[in-house]
Amino acid sequence: MNILVCLKQVPDTETQIKVAPDSKSIVTDNIKWVMNPYDEYAVEEGLRLKEKFGGEVTIIGVGPTKVTESIRTALAMGADKGILVDDPALTGSDSLGTAKILAAVIKDLDYNLILCGKQGVDDDYGVVGSNLAELLGIPQISIVLKLEVSEDGSTVKAHREVEGGTLVIEASLPALITAQKGLNEPRYASLPGIMKAKKKPLDVKTIADLGLDASEVGESGAKIKIMQITPPEERLAGKIVEGETPQEKAANLVKLLHEEAKVI
Amino acid sequence: MAQGIWIVAEQKEGELRKISFELVSEGKRLADKMGQSVTAILLGSNIKEKAPELGKYGADKVIVADDNRLATYTTDAYVSVIAELAQKEEPAIILLGASVQGKDLSGRLAARLGVGMAQDCVEFSLDNSNLVAKRPIYAGKAYATVTFKDSSPQIATARPNVFELNEPDESRSAEVIDAAFSLDDSQLKTKVVEVIQEAGDKPDLTEAELIVSGGRGMKGPENYNIIEELADLIGATVGASRSAVDAGWRPHSDQVGQTGKVVSPNLYIACGISGAIQHLAGMSTSKYIVAINKDPEAPIFQKADYGVVGDLFDVVPALTEEIKKIL
Repeated sequence: MNILVCLKQVPDTETQIKVAPDSKSIVTDNIKWVMNPYDEYAVEEGLRLKEKFGGEVTIIGVGPTKVTESIRTALAMGADKGILVDDPALTGSDSLGTAKILAAVIKDLDYNLILCGKQGVDDDYGVVGSNLAELLGIPQISIVLKLEVSEDGSTVKAHREVEGGTLVIEASLPALITAQKGLNEPRYASLPGIMKAKKKPLDVKTIADLGLDASEVGESGAKIKIMQITPPEERLAGKIVEGETPQEKAANLVKLLHEEAKVI
Repeated sequence: MAQGIWIVAEQKEGELRKISFELVSEGKRLADKMGQSVTAILLGSNIKEKAPELGKYGADKVIVADDNRLATYTTDAYVSVIAELAQKEEPAIILLGASVQGKDLSGRLAARLGVGMAQDCVEFSLDNSNLVAKRPIYAGKAYATVTFKDSSPQIATARPNVFELNEPDESRSAEVIDAAFSLDDSQLKTKVVEVIQEAGDKPDLTEAELIVSGGRGMKGPENYNIIEELADLIGATVGASRSAVDAGWRPHSDQVGQTGKVVSPNLYIACGISGAIQHLAGMSTSKYIVAINKDPEAPIFQKADYGVVGDLFDVVPALTEEIKKIL
């Protein structure tokens, strides 16, 4: 079973986000970049399926050279090879542009399953997976908590989180799955894994290598334009509820919620 | 020339979901500014009788696609029908809910139509009849205002619980139209084989008006009963911090924050939650925040409208008792 995992590198979730002076980007100095948390579940699931069915796990990343670090992390976890599309013309791509790049990489590959994180924790779009599935003409199952591939490797059954419950969805392979937290517990890269990862193949491609035109991707091809980035409205600390005992504090809080905020 | 605003209504087991009315309400406000009409698209099975409800909230027209293969949402069937209708009718803007269904549908629909899509928006405005959308990024640590290029229709999803509902007008009625569409079984590549409902009828965290959340200060899964008791009393949904979820005390679906759910209830009561940056990002758009924590220095107090410094094991049960007195 050949599995492709699409990977993004994002600021660690601990990061304080500051708006840059151009008001169209964020300050990236001193940011710790990590593999997108949801992509870790995708990588782990790919590795578990490979352990069961054999085959290869290929990691595909888009974007600047530093993304190599996250691809190497996935290789250290046990993936077999990596592909990075790195080209200055990619800057400013929107989700659909990124999906076009991934589709161009994938069209020449032999695969049974594509795994993505359910969303990047940076721009929070959560659509590259469904954009990509559409461009490739394969079924998608998003926000997956549990995945079972049939013994013969022809179909997949996925538990999908929805409001107030779970849907169990079946699709034939090849298909694209997006991973939700809870799908598995991602492994840490072992020291021998890290050593081995250094020797695993990592291809770097440009958009010309993929036969794409620069006007289709990057800022010039983007159909969504960022006009402005703003900080959230400052939320000020309110009042500390007075009272000598927990009962008094509780009574005063209820009074505030009932009479001032009018929420209960 | 593309014209009019479409909203994609959402139904579950034949009942319209609240987001449908939020979408109609916001669609109507935008359409009035553009001097155009709002059309609701309603997909389901034996669903036509629900169409007039959308009219009361502001829909001028409701296009109903009724087919037993549309009873439960599947990506393939819904995208196929909506894309076909959109190509025929050419709306200028399509709004969907940023619900699980809408987020799954929006990306695939946009890719099929080859247009841009703005996900999970909290504010819309217009620039010469072009949609301008404001959406949180980094789970709300910042906001991006975006516009569209070469996109007709312009597609966006609206975060649940954010857009104000119009007052329903009982005298208002919408023109109800049966959709003509071709749905070929060969296009349907996914199949829903089972629907597992969670016990209870509490709204999902993303749609809840009231949330009571517990963090590391709960000390163990066995103590959540005091939170559940309070939540049951006021009809709130129970949430949890990442540390409580990672410790295995609560299911992943309860997690509020950057790698969990982003919520915007009327009231968020945080019990024993210190307020890590990822958690604060996920709940800062709550209308009112109450923090109950032993540590007066906990960062959560910087965001709370009402802070109670005290042991949650004393304060939460006392709070439940005090609320009983006024209900």
